[in-house]
Amino acid sequence: MIEPIISVKDLVAKYGEQTVLDNVSLDIYPEEITVILGGSGCGKTTLIKNILRLFEPVSGSVKILNKEVTRMDELEFNSILSKIGMLFQNGALLNSLTIFDNVSIPLVQHTKLTPTIIAKMIRVKLKLVNLAKVENLLPSELSGGMKKRAALARAIALDPDILICDEPSAGLDPLTSASLDELILKLKNLLKMTIVIVTHELASIHRIADRIIFLDEGKVLFSGTLQQAKKSVIPEVETFFRVGKFG
Amino acid sequence: MKYENQTLFLDGKLTKFTVPDLLHELSQYKGKKISTIDLSEVSSIDSAGVAFLDELVLNLHKFKPQLANMNEIVESAVSTFTSLSLKKPVPGRKDNFFILIGEGLLRWRDSTRDAIYLIADIFYWSFVGLFNRKGQRQGSIIQQSLIIGVDAVGIIALLSFILGLILALQSAAQLRQFGANIFVADLMAISMVTEMGPILTAIILAGRSGSSIASEIATMKVTEEIDALRMMAINPIRYIVVPKFLAITICIPLLVTMSTLVGILGGLIVAVTYLDLSAVVFFNRVFEILTMRDALIGLGKSFFFAWVIVIIGSYYGFNVKGGAEGVGKVTTQAVVASIFWVIILDALNSLIFYFKT
Repeated sequence: MIEPIISVKDLVAKYGEQTVLDNVSLDIYPEEITVILGGSGCGKTTLIKNILRLFEPVSGSVKILNKEVTRMDELEFNSILSKIGMLFQNGALLNSLTIFDNVSIPLVQHTKLTPTIIAKMIRVKLKLVNLAKVENLLPSELSGGMKKRAALARAIALDPDILICDEPSAGLDPLTSASLDELILKLKNLLKMTIVIVTHELASIHRIADRIIFLDEGKVLFSGTLQQAKKSVIPEVETFFRVGKFG
Repeated sequence: MKYENQTLFLDGKLTKFTVPDLLHELSQYKGKKISTIDLSEVSSIDSAGVAFLDELVLNLHKFKPQLANMNEIVESAVSTFTSLSLKKPVPGRKDNFFILIGEGLLRWRDSTRDAIYLIADIFYWSFVGLFNRKGQRQGSIIQQSLIIGVDAVGIIALLSFILGLILALQSAAQLRQFGANIFVADLMAISMVTEMGPILTAIILAGRSGSSIASEIATMKVTEEIDALRMMAINPIRYIVVPKFLAITICIPLLVTMSTLVGILGGLIVAVTYLDLSAVVFFNRVFEILTMRDALIGLGKSFFFAWVIVIIGSYYGFNVKGGAEGVGKVTTQAVVASIFWVIILDALNSLIFYFKT
């Protein structure tokens, strides 16, 4: 049996009195693309932020690469984080730095590579996301979709073991979105990356997903392969795969 | 890594963790002819590994080395991550001295033109706003007066009192030596009314309100709130700047008057406790020495200081570039420019009203 690369057990998260995640348990398997689905406000982003300790969970356990991270000290957790790339919903690029400098941050901070090698890696990553000509621009000079692609280039700068994308195709045109899916598939196959994606794009899900986790009101409604999800009789899951909307 | 028959054999992992060591190891083969790079023993490769191979091929370009015996994964990684097919980045144009001066002058011309438009807009809409409140939020002038004026009372009063105390203390020591104790009243009255009251108030307002005006407008600009107002057919200057302009115009004479009185009060305490003057004598002398002209000049120039603070804060706010960093930058620029222009205006005022040939 394959060991999960991320394992969440009985995770509870709250905003004040409001419970956002209620005893969520799920497993993410290596070298697979797992899509997390669910209507707005069902706790998808909260789940990811709790897994990555950006929020402190109320209770439960989160294991990444077989290590319990909820009680891990900062230094040890940083070494885990250097194996994870995260693409935020709004890109979260540093506004004061050029795109080139934004992508260089993880490479300069976490490797001993020479500046020429780093520059080559950055240019290749920017080319992969179709942003070859903007390396000297500031994030504020880019469109929303370009910012997101630049943020993806930063997330994959270190060829991380795990890539987490929070709504990567939102705000992108269908062509760019499809090429992004291709890139994600390529990254998975070439670098044996584990990829977790929060998305609602049905076309994208059909193209890339290996496994689906369906959240509803802070609970895991469905967890299984894409094929199983398509045949699911759970009303919410069935509606989504039939019409691409949350019931 | 080993070298045989013009072939460099690479093995194991070619990743971001091994590349620094490989670069070091490679230095021992410097100058050797390498026509083939054999990758048959490479077990895994990432983008750093491919960048390393690219660098190797570029450095050995005179031997035209070929990558050989790549397995499917390595070949796929090389074709995805290679930078050899990328166009070389074009270095930015380096402008000569005259172009830089020319561009500077053009920028100065444009910013002066923008500033003049802004000043005209602010004065026009403020005048119109006195009679017609359309396009302004209800109660915004009172709200701004509270923020700009009332909230600043404490700090202005405290600093004016301390400044008055300091001025009086330092001069008292000198005046006492000449038996000219009473002149401390002259000094406090004239310095506080004509200079210290207005300038101290203006500098505190530049720091407090100038910065908040610049950062508020800049943030609104960055987050497209200004564009949203325009799209709702609302003039942003009228909606955002005019209430602040009118509020500061109302508040500044009151704040300057308070600052002057509290400063003189600080002087009075020194006069009574250290120079053995009575309060009655002190105030008689103050009113004797002061003229209406001094009071009007002091109050009059404070209006110009206030307007400069709002205009400069708005100018920098509307001209923000970039995101969060841009907001910080224009806020700093606005405060520095406001204080600079307040002092320049003060100097002009002194030249006009007090410089007699």
